[in-house]
Amino acid sequence: MLEIIDIYKTFNKGTVNEKVALNGVSLKLNDGDFCTVIGGNGAGKSTMLNAVAGVWPVDSGAILIDGENVSALPEHKRAPYLGRVFQDPRMGTVADMEIIENLAIAARRGDRRGLSWGVKKSEREAYREMLARFDLGLEDRMSTKVGLLSGGQRQAITLLMATIKKPKVLLLDEHTAALDPKTAVKVLELSDEIIEENHLTALMVTHNMKDAITHGNRLIMMSDGKIILDISGEDKKALTVDGLLKKFEEASGSKLENDRMLLAD
Amino acid sequence: MMSGILSYFSSLNPLTFLSQLPGNIAQGIIWGLMGLGVFITYKLLDFADLSVDGSFATGGAVTAVLIIAGVPVWAAVLIAMLAGIIAGLVTGFLHTVLGIPGILAGILTQIALYSINLNIMGKANVPVSYRNYDLLLSASNINMAIIIGLVLVAVVIILMYWYFGTEQGSAIRSTGSNPSMSKAQGINISTMKVIALALSNGLVALSGSLFAQYQGFADINMGRGAIVIGLAAVVIGTVIGEGIFKKGMNFILRLFFVVVGAVLYYIAMGLVLWLKMPTDDTKLFTAVVVAVFLAVPYLQDKSKTSFKKVAKRSAKLLTWNDGEGDENA
Ligand SMILES: Nc1ncnc2c1ncn2[C@@H]1O[C@H](COP(=O)(O)OP(=O)(O)O)[C@@H](O)[C@H]1O
Ligand SMILES: [Mg+2]
Repeated sequence: MLEIIDIYKTFNKGTVNEKVALNGVSLKLNDGDFCTVIGGNGAGKSTMLNAVAGVWPVDSGAILIDGENVSALPEHKRAPYLGRVFQDPRMGTVADMEIIENLAIAARRGDRRGLSWGVKKSEREAYREMLARFDLGLEDRMSTKVGLLSGGQRQAITLLMATIKKPKVLLLDEHTAALDPKTAVKVLELSDEIIEENHLTALMVTHNMKDAITHGNRLIMMSDGKIILDISGEDKKALTVDGLLKKFEEASGSKLENDRMLLAD
Repeated sequence: MMSGILSYFSSLNPLTFLSQLPGNIAQGIIWGLMGLGVFITYKLLDFADLSVDGSFATGGAVTAVLIIAGVPVWAAVLIAMLAGIIAGLVTGFLHTVLGIPGILAGILTQIALYSINLNIMGKANVPVSYRNYDLLLSASNINMAIIIGLVLVAVVIILMYWYFGTEQGSAIRSTGSNPSMSKAQGINISTMKVIALALSNGLVALSGSLFAQYQGFADINMGRGAIVIGLAAVVIGTVIGEGIFKKGMNFILRLFFVVVGAVLYYIAMGLVLWLKMPTDDTKLFTAVVVAVFLAVPYLQDKSKTSFKKVAKRSAKLLTWNDGEGDENA
């Protein structure tokens, strides 16, 4: 369960570049909720995910995971609760380490890293099976350096790394945006499967309205550092792109001007 | 003019060069340990640590003073390493806790160590001759020095191979190449940086300790420019190792070739001194060598995808299209 309670974040306070990125955001996700997040460029979507991840402390408000207040924990201490996949496929993996080494690092998220072997023999078979499911031929290349893989392959591995140790919350930030359309569909399918299978609580940012509508059981829209729409249950199931646009106009009192979001289909 | 050149060449005796070769090799092996220390920070952690100029001399200073005070040589060497480890911890503290940029943190430690080393020694130069003390190795018995050096190198390489394969070692490597991913995987990257800096400077101090014994004295300036020699070992070794093994260059080979790089550097140094380059110019020579070996991989990479090549290829394509057009006409 994730609770975001009235969080605020202003960047570059007191300078000409001052930017209120989160302006009182509250959100409560129940166990197993899969919530998609849409909104224009600069709406504060990534900032909200970064606040949950603890990339920096929030100015005010609180973040609770499973009822525990994690607001004061630095990023690496919050990591055990979270799985994260970023927009840039290079962000989530170490290029000059092998696939299996990357997975082994993720499998120890939250554990003390001591002097036992970095990749145990017994892990190899388990990872092979997990990779085989992806159907990308990665199970036979586990000793390949991740830097030699394509963006889609790297993103699939990051997704596996994010969930290899079941996280309390999975944070996906436009994780298919940098991929070609076919690979994007594949990675999105994988995400769906993994979330469903493990009954994960997830937040997925996307700039694709259709994806936001067809995936998950809940949808929120952000604008100017606020959540301006929150749709779930039967309303979410019945949602169409046109309906969503209309709702946006009602909620914000203005037309949606973000080309990127409108054009995406 | 002509006779000048002739007399220059006739004054060069190949036997002199050959007779100095074992000494060069011994020094190269000792500095190879220093290179392995630099490898940890420069290659694995992606941190240009300049404290090593100081911690190399600290290793020598602590060793000389302790041996003279009657401490057994093995204990003196271990305590010297410990001093190096502490120096690394200080650099790590300056960088991770006080937020001082890496290069500056290293420079601050280096400059502080200059005073500390003077205080340790009480003067700028402390002789420890093999005639008066039991030393681990000495230039008086070069063959023995080479053997002991090689044994230590082998032990260090095996330990490094093991350590960087462990969970902690993997975390250090991932911190070096992708800090934001490492944090997202729950790694405390500050701790990893501090550990790596401590280990690196411990190795550098070990190298300084051995070098002081080898040359029979510790000197306040013995670490001056050490970082560049360490870098020389790493980059020469990497370029040559990758030239030979290409993609087959695994971790243990990478470590091994750092020592090879250090030995080759000292052989090259022996060569230019044999060619009667003034000793004043050797640092210039070192800088040029390191610059060349740093540039090689970059230029190789660039030559594969250069604008000039595109220009040539596109020009070819255009003339070829023109030719075809004529034919059709
Ligand atoms: N680390 C930062 N420093 C300064 N400004 C930032 C930072 N992160 C985000 N911002 C600003 O905050 C606003 C919201 O950004 P972001 O959350 O990335 O938007 P998006 O909804 O497109 O993901 C933007 O104006 C952005 O420029
Ligand atoms: Mg964003």
